[in-house]
Amino acid sequence: MTQIRAVFSTPWIWSFVGAFVVWLATITFTGGVGGGGMLTAALSLAVFMVIVGVGQMFVITLGPGNVDLSLPANIGLASAVAMTVMNGQDSRIALGILAALASGAAVGAANYMLIWALRIPPIIATLSASFIIHSIDIAFGRGLQIKPPPGFADFTNVQFLGIPVMAMLTVLFTIGAGIALNRMIYGRSVLAIGQNLRAAWLAGVNVGWIRFFTYTLCGMLGGLNGALLAGYFRGANVDIGNEYLLSSIAVVVIGGTSVAGGKANIPGIWGASLFLVLLLTMLNTFGVSAGVRLLLTGLIIVGVITAAGGEKSLR
Amino acid sequence: MSVPRSNIVRLDGVEKHFGAVRALDGVDFQVDTGECIGLVGHNGAGKSTLMNTLAGTLAPSRGRIAIRGTVEENYSVIRAQRLGIRCVFQELSLCPNLSVAENTRVNHASLKGFGWRRRSAALISAKLDEIFPGHGIDPSDVVSDLSIGKRQMVEVARAFTVTEAPLDLVILDEPTSSLDAHTAGQLLAFVRRFVETGKSCILISHLLGEILDNADRIVVMRDGKVVAIDNASSFDRTRLVTTMGGGNHAEKPATRAETIAKQAGPQRVRARSGRQTDSTELVAHEGEIIGLAGLAGHGQTELLLSIFDARAAGRNVEVTAPVALVAGDRQTDGIFAQWSIGKNIGIRSLTRLRNGLLISPRKENEMAEAWKKKIGIRTPDMNNNILSLSGGNQQKALFARALGSDARIILMDDPMRGVDIGTKLEVYDLIRDEAKAGRTFLWYTTETDELEHCDRVYVFRSGVIVASLNRGEVTEEKVIQSSFSEAS
Repeated sequence: MTQIRAVFSTPWIWSFVGAFVVWLATITFTGGVGGGGMLTAALSLAVFMVIVGVGQMFVITLGPGNVDLSLPANIGLASAVAMTVMNGQDSRIALGILAALASGAAVGAANYMLIWALRIPPIIATLSASFIIHSIDIAFGRGLQIKPPPGFADFTNVQFLGIPVMAMLTVLFTIGAGIALNRMIYGRSVLAIGQNLRAAWLAGVNVGWIRFFTYTLCGMLGGLNGALLAGYFRGANVDIGNEYLLSSIAVVVIGGTSVAGGKANIPGIWGASLFLVLLLTMLNTFGVSAGVRLLLTGLIIVGVITAAGGEKSLR
Repeated sequence: MSVPRSNIVRLDGVEKHFGAVRALDGVDFQVDTGECIGLVGHNGAGKSTLMNTLAGTLAPSRGRIAIRGTVEENYSVIRAQRLGIRCVFQELSLCPNLSVAENTRVNHASLKGFGWRRRSAALISAKLDEIFPGHGIDPSDVVSDLSIGKRQMVEVARAFTVTEAPLDLVILDEPTSSLDAHTAGQLLAFVRRFVETGKSCILISHLLGEILDNADRIVVMRDGKVVAIDNASSFDRTRLVTTMGGGNHAEKPATRAETIAKQAGPQRVRARSGRQTDSTELVAHEGEIIGLAGLAGHGQTELLLSIFDARAAGRNVEVTAPVALVAGDRQTDGIFAQWSIGKNIGIRSLTRLRNGLLISPRKENEMAEAWKKKIGIRTPDMNNNILSLSGGNQQKALFARALGSDARIILMDDPMRGVDIGTKLEVYDLIRDEAKAGRTFLWYTTETDELEHCDRVYVFRSGVIVASLNRGEVTEEKVIQSSFSEAS
């Protein structure tokens, strides 16, 4: 009994419960048809949310006001950079991914420079940066769809026993992120800064460097996501990252990370990403129109955050 | 004394449990009108819990509270306010983003309509002038811009302001902990005047001299119980300390202070404040304990911070070894509220707690347990949240963080705030031992007694050093004299 209570008091369990309920509701509606395929598709799409969600989680954990709103523009630019560098040749895949990571890292570093040098609040800094990045992307990509090399497109869709290989790799990546968060000096420092920046500074944490690294890391993950999305959807696109503005923040919060900072949670990001993707699938299956779908998604996110994310505040 | 004085508050068998912890274990006690009660006890003895119960912020688990002879069934903060009971808490409770006048308004709902800000300002100014003449606080100052000493002055003055609700009993929990000797004296003199008008006061303090000089009766608490109540005149320092249960530390620390001139080791710190016009600078060598004295908020903390951040401070500061800081304002500068005691201690030493790239939970636990023993943190488990500790024990954890680190220079920013005398004596011993082992301490303190432990004391005034006193020259008179005299 106490064990059961312990399981349900972990903040991330609710996101998985939510995902499971949505999945059950959908296959009940279809009469049990396509449950497995639905999971495979959900895993493929959830990967993208998890990658940016992890970056956003580290940023949000830095404390109140810290958030990266430049992710959509960053993703769009990186997808174009990656596809241009790959130039449709399988031999240049690695180079293209490196270019996407570099593009993302540059965006993240620029974000932090705005925050640090000009002392602009992160919300404003990353939002205004996103307009600049967006303009660069339009000028650079000229709105053209650039196709990925066939090998790269195949890789993003390859499955093993019904499980997308990309999802497996992403699981490994999140395990690494979890270790960094809980067992490495970097993660400890992020959590300390999020609880009390001044106390962290006085306790000897290198606050400036940790914040710089966190924004750069988030940017890099956005860049990686851009490249992968371009492979999965067979082409770069300026608007390819648009949905990741809301969803990157939503998966962090639904997953049990504290918006007030100082408390983070990696498994919850997986649960929350699956939940959001399955939710969209469910609404599509039910045949609701696009407008109603957006409305319901918004309402459900608000509801889940109120119900599960409403942490009791300390003091 | 033939007329029995009426009592304002009476507690019968009050208990308060937090889970398995009995913070209060059957407390009987009363406060009469026109008296000042001194309340003493070690950290965790239950003093703050008792005061929270009286102020209505905590409901007792068992027992009765009677105000002016009437038993209160649903006692609460609002009820307490209406009955004229106020409390000044140890953890300062002003809203940092509001001005002094606006903070005053928070307690006085009757200040409304046009010009409330002006009336509120007048109210608090008058009270500040009455208690702390020459305080230098403007009612339009935003609280977060005030030093912790001035914040405490505002907090105290606010508790004594009266509009609609009556005022009969004020509970002062460590009111002088952030005040220097001069302002503390002003406050205590005011408390005596207040009591002479027939009002009552409960004074909690770890400075036993304050209690002995100002209280009519003294209540001693230990382990959630009242162990002695008697007239102040029948107590002296030794009896108080033994009753509190600190018998093994009753001897005065100064008897152990060695007067042997130390061999000056290599220089560790050289610093001068940016506002210093002459060539005076603070110098500290290996193994020295250096005191920073003077009235509170006269640049001592600023200089400590510039030493802490030596790289940013430029040519004015020279530091030759790793530095750690023990914060005095532990809520804003010290603790990480979501972490365990162990993690709070380990944060300054993470590089040493690693196995390869990963932080080793085993090493972290070992460090926590070692310091639990060494500095005597009262908790069943170092994995408990830091907020489960009483204020003094939280402060011990901050000491453990700094002393457990690789730092050779320890900066202390008035770190003994709200720490009981037993703990203080233990920490003094620890500091002396560490200094003997070659660590350098820079110690800002508002308590003149503590300067006895220092090899050299710098007195500050308006951001600059106005005097440097060697061991043996330090007396309260000298420090106060230098604090007020013009810089020469």
